[in-house]
Amino acid sequence: MMEKQLTLASSPHIHSGRSTSRIMLDVIIALCPAAIAGVIIFGWRALLVLAITVGSCVGFEALFNLIVKKEQTLGDFSAIVTGLLLGMNLPASIPLWQCVVGALFAMVVVKGLFGGLGNNPVNPAITARVFMLVAFGSMTKAAFPKIVDAVSSATPLSLAAGETAPSLLDLFLGVQGGAIGETCAAALLAGGIYLLVRRVITWQIPVAFIGTVFVCSLFMERFDFLAALAAILSGGLMIGAIFMATDYVTSPVTPWGKIIFGVGAGLITFLIRYFGTYPEGVSFAILFMNILTPYINSWTKRKVFGTGGKKA
Amino acid sequence: MAFSLHGVHVPHRKNTAKLSALRMEPPKVVTIPMSMHIGAPAKPVVAVGDAVKVGTLIAEAGGAVSAPIHASVSGKVTKIADFLLSDGRTVPAVVIESDGEMTPDEKIAPPIIDSRESFIEAVKNSGMVGLGGAGFPTHFKLNADPAKIEYLVINGAECEPYVTSDTLTMENRGGDMKIALEALKKWLGIKNIVIGIENNKKDAIAAMQKLMAEIGSDCTATVKVLPAVYPQGGEKVLIYHTTGRVVPAGKLPIDAGCIVINCTTLASIGAYLMTGMPLVEKCVTVDGGAVKTPQNLIAPIGTPMEDLFAACGGLTTEPEKVVYGGPMMGITVPDLSAPVLKNTNAVLALTAKELKTPKTTNCIRCGSCTNTCPFGINPAEIARAYQRKDAAALKDLALTSCMECGCCSFICPANRPLVQTNRLAKIFLREEQAKEAKK
Repeated sequence: MMEKQLTLASSPHIHSGRSTSRIMLDVIIALCPAAIAGVIIFGWRALLVLAITVGSCVGFEALFNLIVKKEQTLGDFSAIVTGLLLGMNLPASIPLWQCVVGALFAMVVVKGLFGGLGNNPVNPAITARVFMLVAFGSMTKAAFPKIVDAVSSATPLSLAAGETAPSLLDLFLGVQGGAIGETCAAALLAGGIYLLVRRVITWQIPVAFIGTVFVCSLFMERFDFLAALAAILSGGLMIGAIFMATDYVTSPVTPWGKIIFGVGAGLITFLIRYFGTYPEGVSFAILFMNILTPYINSWTKRKVFGTGGKKA
Repeated sequence: MAFSLHGVHVPHRKNTAKLSALRMEPPKVVTIPMSMHIGAPAKPVVAVGDAVKVGTLIAEAGGAVSAPIHASVSGKVTKIADFLLSDGRTVPAVVIESDGEMTPDEKIAPPIIDSRESFIEAVKNSGMVGLGGAGFPTHFKLNADPAKIEYLVINGAECEPYVTSDTLTMENRGGDMKIALEALKKWLGIKNIVIGIENNKKDAIAAMQKLMAEIGSDCTATVKVLPAVYPQGGEKVLIYHTTGRVVPAGKLPIDAGCIVINCTTLASIGAYLMTGMPLVEKCVTVDGGAVKTPQNLIAPIGTPMEDLFAACGGLTTEPEKVVYGGPMMGITVPDLSAPVLKNTNAVLALTAKELKTPKTTNCIRCGSCTNTCPFGINPAEIARAYQRKDAAALKDLALTSCMECGCCSFICPANRPLVQTNRLAKIFLREEQAKEAKK
């Protein structure tokens, strides 16, 4: 009766069906509303920037795997996620060659050389953004929205004297100066809710991160609720807290570890914003917390059942 | 209870839950290995050519942690051959050709019990082992210091997908369970009885609530309804969720004042006390995508799997894997001649579709493995420590606490072989510690 050999294997024999590629696809889906909003707000050049960052991230990963003779890993979609995140963190006006250099830095220096997916100590998109900020200074000259009058929409975090801040509604809808994918809080929140529902991320990091910035800003703004609200709707906080700080590879795995990570990133963001020389500190904050992640993991690791006392 | 141990939601696939158990036609030949339990293999006491009847002793216990074995059919011993066990050991197996009569041994009579010692001796003579899957000799478990036993925990969780044989026991063999419980109360002085059942077995819960009310006159006897979260039936998980007790790492349930007995083991003890017929048959769930008509069969121990499948209408397609037990912890077999063992609760013929796994990628450090581990172990860290052959780190990571339930591998989106690596790491750690001891 039996033609085929039976497979012998160690249990378990069934799988939940979760997969790396499905998780990455969910992140891509969740980023889409904010990416589309960015193209609407900043125009066709935003689309060009996104296409170039995604295209060059995918290209550099494939090329790197080819050169070091590793199995191709494009099927896990993580290169697309990095490309999309990098592009969404750049202003639409950025010179295109700089996008390619940023992608090279993200995929080869930060990810490939450390052993590819899962082995990079810091987030590739964030680190590339910081690298570009330092190398090109291009990020401080944020693009202005194409769909409104530029005068009323300077980057809220770098308002000069006499400039008017955008309204809260404009901030929420993303009609403000900034990087392509960071301005539309409404779209970013929608993406975040999708990731929560799909159980790709948990609430701890975004809530702790955004909450910390909100509370600290509330103190600094002398309990002006609307000003604190404007603070969390401005700059790269939403995209950073929802999409970059929750990167599995570079953030803690335990619930308490995630809270520590979020609070730490929130504090650093707040300190840079109010006391630093850069107008925005989200990228630096996440990068710094990335480096602390292994330590946070070991401080907060779960107690093994039956090894003294009850487990947490 | 303050905390609930983690776990995973596995698909239930309890296709056979509503079907009553059918007694199958006696097989032509049975192959009975001398090791169907944890501990020393049993020693054959029959020779080729001997005539045996159902219940005739064919092997005696090979040590303190061992169990005797009895003939499951009437007929003639035709062979005592080497048999390869799933763990790689080779033991003798007694092969009996059936005469088709299923004549019971005339010496079978209910045991005479007048003391704790004679009760435990009777359980030993019944050949009873843990029927939930582990196969730990039951008499050895019962022989604990009676002063230490505070709880008798009955395992009715049956958390593995597909398997329903324990559900049928709880629904239909309450009478047998009652006899065993009365004896346990009388001879071991059990004061607290609790049975844990997953909430997806409504009829079994109702039946057990009735039973607990009947026996609860002079002791506490309760049904604890548990969420259907795998591995609810893991011994230490079950003890925690039914009694709140924590079994310390590396210790036995008795160290937390508990004895755990599977519900089918309990019913089988009851049946033995009534009739004196030792453990010679098992109710086995026969299921899996390749089986034409899945059902529960009562089969003599030693029945080859192919006879079980034939009794279920045969296989409709060629299975990818055939498994003893459930798909989370079950053991694969090389061919369909593999016999029903004492601790076989299910036989599954699984198709490629049921076994589908995603592509294996690098670990993405999502933390799902450690966050779903019931015991809070970190399998991804263990895998990294094993890769660099770091025995000290493996010890620190509490590797030996792993019960190999498989939640980590089931949930891992990168499809890493996590629990499988834990098994390899345990072997490595044992070897390293043996080397260390020699120095």
